[in-house]
Amino acid sequence: MLNTEPNIASPDDFYEALLAIHQDLTPEQARAVDARLILLLSNHIGDMAVLRQAMARAREGIVPAGRDATIAVRA
Amino acid sequence: MHVDYQSLRFEYRRSPDQSSATPSHHPVVVVGAGPVGLATAIDLAGAGLRVLLLDDDRCLSNGSRAICFAKRTLEIFDRLGCGDRMVEKGVTWNVGRVFHGESPVYSFDLLPDGGHRRPAFVNLQQYYVEGFLLDRARSMPEIEIRWGNKVLSLLPREDGVELVVETPEGEYRVLADYVVAADGARSPIRRAMGLESRGRSFRDRFLIADVRMKADFPPERWFWFAPPFHPGGSVLLHSQPDGVWRIDFQLGWDADPEKEREPERVIPRVRALLGPEAEFELEWVSVYTFSCLRMERFRHGRVFFAGDAAHGVSPFGARGANSGVQDAENIAWKLALVLRGEAPDALLDSYDAERVPAADENILNSTRSTDFITPKSEASLAFRDAVLDLARDCVFARRMVNSGRLSLPSTYGHSPLNTPDADEFEGAMVPGAPALDAPLADGWLLSRLGGGFTLLHFGEAPPDLPETVPPVRAVNIARADDVEGLAAHRYDARPGTAYLIRPDQHVCARWRRLDQVKLRAALDRATGRAMGTP
Repeated sequence: MLNTEPNIASPDDFYEALLAIHQDLTPEQARAVDARLILLLSNHIGDMAVLRQAMARAREGIVPAGRDATIAVRA
Repeated sequence: MHVDYQSLRFEYRRSPDQSSATPSHHPVVVVGAGPVGLATAIDLAGAGLRVLLLDDDRCLSNGSRAICFAKRTLEIFDRLGCGDRMVEKGVTWNVGRVFHGESPVYSFDLLPDGGHRRPAFVNLQQYYVEGFLLDRARSMPEIEIRWGNKVLSLLPREDGVELVVETPEGEYRVLADYVVAADGARSPIRRAMGLESRGRSFRDRFLIADVRMKADFPPERWFWFAPPFHPGGSVLLHSQPDGVWRIDFQLGWDADPEKEREPERVIPRVRALLGPEAEFELEWVSVYTFSCLRMERFRHGRVFFAGDAAHGVSPFGARGANSGVQDAENIAWKLALVLRGEAPDALLDSYDAERVPAADENILNSTRSTDFITPKSEASLAFRDAVLDLARDCVFARRMVNSGRLSLPSTYGHSPLNTPDADEFEGAMVPGAPALDAPLADGWLLSRLGGGFTLLHFGEAPPDLPETVPPVRAVNIARADDVEGLAAHRYDARPGTAYLIRPDQHVCARWRRLDQVKLRAALDRATGRAMGTP
C-alpha cells in the first residue's frame, strides 16, 4: 500500500536537497539524475504493488501528447 | 566429410501427381523446407505418416542467418534423430557477458546446474541445421520433397484442401487433409489466404558481419553497449563453427542500408573491434530491421501456420528459429494422432491454445530486449542509460540490463490438454511444462521417453497400464537408475509418483499414486476428447 501520509521528518530539508542535486544541470543532465534516482528508490522499495500504485499516481491526469518511435506493421 | 550446404542445388523432378487427372491425395503437405518445415516433416514421418514437403526454391539457407539453437531445440533434434550431429558441429556455450563502454557490467550462465545432456545453446549456421535436418529427412521413405514447387493458392473443400502448385513445367493440384505453412516471414500462403501478421516495427537498423578469422575470444556471447570501437551503438560478438564469428553492429535508423553493406564500410567497423593487425575475411553481410508481430490465429481450418509465417520477433533472444521448431513439434504429434484416427479434430485447436500464448511470451521478451537496446523514446533512453550507469556499482541494476533474454521453451500452463494437479507437488514440472532432462544409470531421461505418450513412473517396478488409444508406454525409474538423484529432485518424485508425458515431451498430468481411471481421463483430455470439460 502506497503511503501518501507525511513520512519525511523534515519536508523542507528534503525538498531543498532534491533541488540541490539538480542545480546547474541541463534538462538532459537533470533527466539522467532523475532516472537514476527513480531506479535507486524503486529498488529500495521493492514491493511491486506499491511501485505500481506510485507509477499510476505519477501518470494521473497526463494526456499523451507525444509518441513512441515504433511503427505499426502488417505483413 | 565436409559438405558445403550453402552451395547445394536440388533438382526439380516431375512427379506423377502432375499427370494425374484428379488431384492426388496427401495426408499432410508441409510448405517450406526451412528448419521449421523440415522438423515438422521429420516428426510426422517418425510417427509413420506420409508427408509431402514443397519448397519453391532449390537450395538451403543462403548465409548464416539463425545461429543460436537452444537446449530445448537440441532435445527436439535428439527426438528427431539428428541432435548429435548438431551438437558435434556446433559451438557449445552457456555464458554471456555484457559490457558498457569497456567495463564488464553483467554476466550470466544459462545452465548453472549440471545433469543435462544438452548445453544451454550451440551456435550453428542455419545452413548446417537445415542440411542436417535435410539429411535426416532424406533417410525417411515417408517424406517426399519436391523442390521448385511453389504453392500459388489454396482452395478449401469439404474433404480437404486443394493446393495449386506451380512448377517449371506448369501448374498442377494436390489434395491435402492438412497443410502446415512454414513458408517464412513473408509467407506467400498467408498472403494467398488474405491473412495478416500484425505488430510493431522498431526504428533501428543493424549490420551483421559474419567474418572468418583466427581469434582467441572464448565461446561466449559478448554484448557491448556504447563500446569505444563503436561509439553510440551496441555490438554483439558470437562464435560459430569453421572459424566464423558473428558480429552485429547497431547502426541507427538513419543508416543507409545499401551503403552499409559495402565492404569498404563494413571492414573498418570490424577492424575497429578486432584491431589493426587482425586478419579476417567477410563471410556474409546483411543489414536488417525487425518487427515483433504475429497472426491473430495460427489455425485456419485445415491450414496451420508455423515459425516466422505465424510470428516474428527481434533477434535479441534467439527466439525465432527456436520457437518455430517448437511450433513444429507441437503441431506434428497432434496431426499424427488425428490422421491415425486416435484423436478428434478438436485436438488441433489446442495448437492455437498453446502456441499463440507461446508466441506472445516470445514477443514480450523480445520486445523488452529491444526496448532496452533500441530505446523508443527520450524517456526510454534516459532510463536505459541510468541502468547502465548504476550497473557499475549497484548489483540490482545489473539484473535490469537487457541485451536479450534468451530462448526458453514455454510452459503451456493454461492448456486445455492439461489435467490440473489434485496432489501436492513442488518444482518446475507442472502440467504443461517441457520435461526436464536428468542423468540416469544407462543414459538420459529424455531419451527414454520416446515419441508417444509415456507414463514416467518412479518406483521399484513399472506399473501395469491399461490398453488405451493412443497407447501409453511405461518408463520406470528405480532408485538405482537415478544415480545422482536429479530425476527425483527435478520431478519432486517419491516412490509411486507418476507423470503422464505427451509425445512432444510436455507434462500433461501427474499423480502421487497411479490410478487407471485418472490415467484414462487425463489421456482423454490430452488428446482433445474431453476439451471443455472440467
